[in-house]
Amino acid sequence: MSEVVETHAGHDDHDHHGPDKGLARWLFTTNHKDIGTLYLWFSFAMFLIGGMMALVIRAELFEPGLQFVAPEFFNQMTTNHGLIMVFGAVMPAFVGLANWLIPMMVGAPDMALPRMNNLSFWILPFAFGIMISTLFMEGGGPNFGWTFYAPLSTTYAPDSVTYFIFAVHLMGASSIMGSINVIATILNMRAPGMTLMKMPLFVWTWLITAYLLLAVMPVLAGVVTMMLFDIHFGTSFFNAAGGGDPVMFQHIFWFFGHPEVYIMILPAFGVVSQIIPTFARKPLFGYDSMVYAVASIAFLSFIVWAHHMFTVGMPLAGQLFFMYATMLIAVPTGVKVFNWISTMWRGSMTFETPMLFAIAFVILFTIGGFSGLMLAITPADYQYHDTYFVVAHFHYVLVPGAIFSIIAAVYYWLPKWCGRMYDETLGKIHFWLSFIGVNVTFFPQHFSGLAGMPRRIPDYALQFADFNMLSSIGAFIFGFSQVFFMFVVIHAITRGKKATDRVWDGAHGLEWTLPSPAPYHSFTHPPKVSDAEAHS
Amino acid sequence: MRVNKLNAAGWRRAALGALLMAAAGLASADELNMPVGVTEISRSVYDLHMIILWVCVVIGIVVFGAMFWSIIHHRRSQGHEAAQFHENTRLEIAWTIVPTIILIAMAVPATSTLIKMYDTGGEDMTVEVRGYQWKWQYKYLDEDYQSTFGFMSTLATPQDEFYNRSAKGEHYLLEVDEPLRIPINKKVRFLLTSEDVIHAWWVPDFGIKRDAVPGILNELWTIVEEPGVYRGQCTELCGKDHGFMPVVVQAMEQEDFDAWYATKLKEEQERKALESMVFTTDELMARGEEVYTKNCVSCHQANGQGVPPVFPSLVGSPVATGDRDAHIRMVLNGVPGTSMQAFGAQLSKAEIAAVVHYERHAWGNNAEDITQPVDVANVEAGQ
Repeated sequence: MSEVVETHAGHDDHDHHGPDKGLARWLFTTNHKDIGTLYLWFSFAMFLIGGMMALVIRAELFEPGLQFVAPEFFNQMTTNHGLIMVFGAVMPAFVGLANWLIPMMVGAPDMALPRMNNLSFWILPFAFGIMISTLFMEGGGPNFGWTFYAPLSTTYAPDSVTYFIFAVHLMGASSIMGSINVIATILNMRAPGMTLMKMPLFVWTWLITAYLLLAVMPVLAGVVTMMLFDIHFGTSFFNAAGGGDPVMFQHIFWFFGHPEVYIMILPAFGVVSQIIPTFARKPLFGYDSMVYAVASIAFLSFIVWAHHMFTVGMPLAGQLFFMYATMLIAVPTGVKVFNWISTMWRGSMTFETPMLFAIAFVILFTIGGFSGLMLAITPADYQYHDTYFVVAHFHYVLVPGAIFSIIAAVYYWLPKWCGRMYDETLGKIHFWLSFIGVNVTFFPQHFSGLAGMPRRIPDYALQFADFNMLSSIGAFIFGFSQVFFMFVVIHAITRGKKATDRVWDGAHGLEWTLPSPAPYHSFTHPPKVSDAEAHS
Repeated sequence: MRVNKLNAAGWRRAALGALLMAAAGLASADELNMPVGVTEISRSVYDLHMIILWVCVVIGIVVFGAMFWSIIHHRRSQGHEAAQFHENTRLEIAWTIVPTIILIAMAVPATSTLIKMYDTGGEDMTVEVRGYQWKWQYKYLDEDYQSTFGFMSTLATPQDEFYNRSAKGEHYLLEVDEPLRIPINKKVRFLLTSEDVIHAWWVPDFGIKRDAVPGILNELWTIVEEPGVYRGQCTELCGKDHGFMPVVVQAMEQEDFDAWYATKLKEEQERKALESMVFTTDELMARGEEVYTKNCVSCHQANGQGVPPVFPSLVGSPVATGDRDAHIRMVLNGVPGTSMQAFGAQLSKAEIAAVVHYERHAWGNNAEDITQPVDVANVEAGQ
């Protein structure tokens, strides 16, 4: 601590600088660990709210007929479920992990821009407060799907759409600030010796993700602003009657939307690339190719957006281009999967809860990748497009993909964060419930989609009944098991056994050189980066 | 150690479960897989689907097989020591190139099918398909692309079935009052557009789907080989009743189709003749109720009370009890920026007269007037 140059008598207490007391600690904190904690709890709250919406959907779809909710409310549920899970649960959870881990992994004392860090978090409760409040407004909340295609979201939208637009602007501002912070931290605050190609893969994936965010969140802000102008200021960007083009909305939206998909999965790749080597007790296979694969996926994500729009009536040449480009993504994605398996190959594996979630991630994400490859085949996509096959596909990459990786990360790093271990038996029960729940929910949806069930419908023809009932049962199992997860985490924080500093015998990386729990201020002077603690 | 043994058993069970699931997925029972369909295109699409599915299954077996082998054998509880290799350039090059070759092989048939699907020329007849919230309009066009006749195709499932008040029929939610009819073995070209939001028109058995976008005309074609009734649904979220706008197409032998076509043309002429008739109030009420039930009830409800504030009540409303011509104009032109459509393009003058009359005299509304087709014609001419 003696390096801190004291120039002001009032700052004498620097040596004992700990968290403030009470609410002020959380409101005014600029500490990356506190802010990471805030992000993680916030995203978990959103996960439960979005999950409840999913259960409203699945309850209604348990049987054919209109039982519990009216179609207009059903549409609000599908829309808000999607928006809350994407922008409220998955993205903030990864920002939370970034906050906690990136400074500790690169040997930095904090994020580069701590005050902005506080602001980017505290915007979020307001953004989601506004968005959820629309459900209680006259005319209801957003009901046009999370993709909010114009003109359903403009000319035909409920009045509350203006609040939705404002909320999206706020979320975008938060994400942009968060990503600037990540980039500034990684590029400027690495400890001496932590060269780029020695960074843990989680840091690499987040660096690339942050650039994706920086590139596309302004596009999202642009498209909602164009909506705002169409609705309130008489422009006709997306209004055919005024000379506008509804299809242009989709092009702009998906230019944001496709990189957004990778924003939600690249950090997951990073998490899994940290966990598998630890429990295989073997260095990550093909570190360099992992980095290049992530970079290639990020690049390709900018030139495949129109595969979401194969049915809008593009010219043949456009269809072919987007089909080929989309198929190409399978190559770097395959490299990653092969690398993970090669990391496990001839390792000395144990199967603690984080490893179980990581392995489930590799399997189930790959299944989502397979259906993604099928969706890339344009003529076949005409049959799959906007059916439950697509719902199954993206839930396979997002739930046992992104969300399993977040859960794995929590189990893996929680001992470092709070200094206590979770209960291994409870963790395994949580894993198996989640694993069974997620597959019972989403695997049958492949079949209902192929058999012809469109997505976003509150009621369905009789031939889809069996698979929907199964899917609803799975959803309730999965939903319950995430409440159980909260119990496991709280049990660990309050009653868990003391964790060692290294926590896992196979763990490598600077964060494991710190005591458990990690002190409020860590790496106040830069650590020496030994080869053993460079990327595993 | 005991715990780890249990885990091994657990993993084996999981592997078995995954295999069973995959096997279930490959059984090509109708309810599990994409329909083969009744067109050349739908069969090529089905073949593409099966090829890519098998490619994925084989890759999956190899990849997951290696993984489970490793999980079972390379575990610490078996006393396996970790190797320390972390690179193998040749292997890495191989697993970049092999998938690329598989993908190129896959792209070839996909490209040729796609090119076939885009060959819209040389059609035998053209049908305009127009999406409305929440129904389809089909217009048969002649060689100069003029409409000969058209009709609305609306969900025929009664509301009682949605609310489980009566048993659901075999074609629950997939039945319409009047299906699109086309002849078999003829190239039928569809021109798709929309009157309000984006819809998507899909018949799985034909292997075709295309969005109906306002302000844009999309093309699609099919040659159906088997007579029969083919059912699909709107597949683009289009608002409240998105789940309730089925697509039903009846493919008929040429002579049956010709006979039907001739009858429809005659009906069209009779419908035009109705527009100069004068009806009694009872006739207007009866016809009006019929039109209302078909076109208005999903928003304004059977009791006329709507779902305020989005869908206003008509009971005692200023429109339904005030100036009659303003009421007619609203039905003709709709209210831009709301769900209230312009029915001038969808309904005949006789139907509009009847429904306006009905709305002004049903549910206790008591406007002191009668609305005849000629009044609608006058309002339309005067605007």
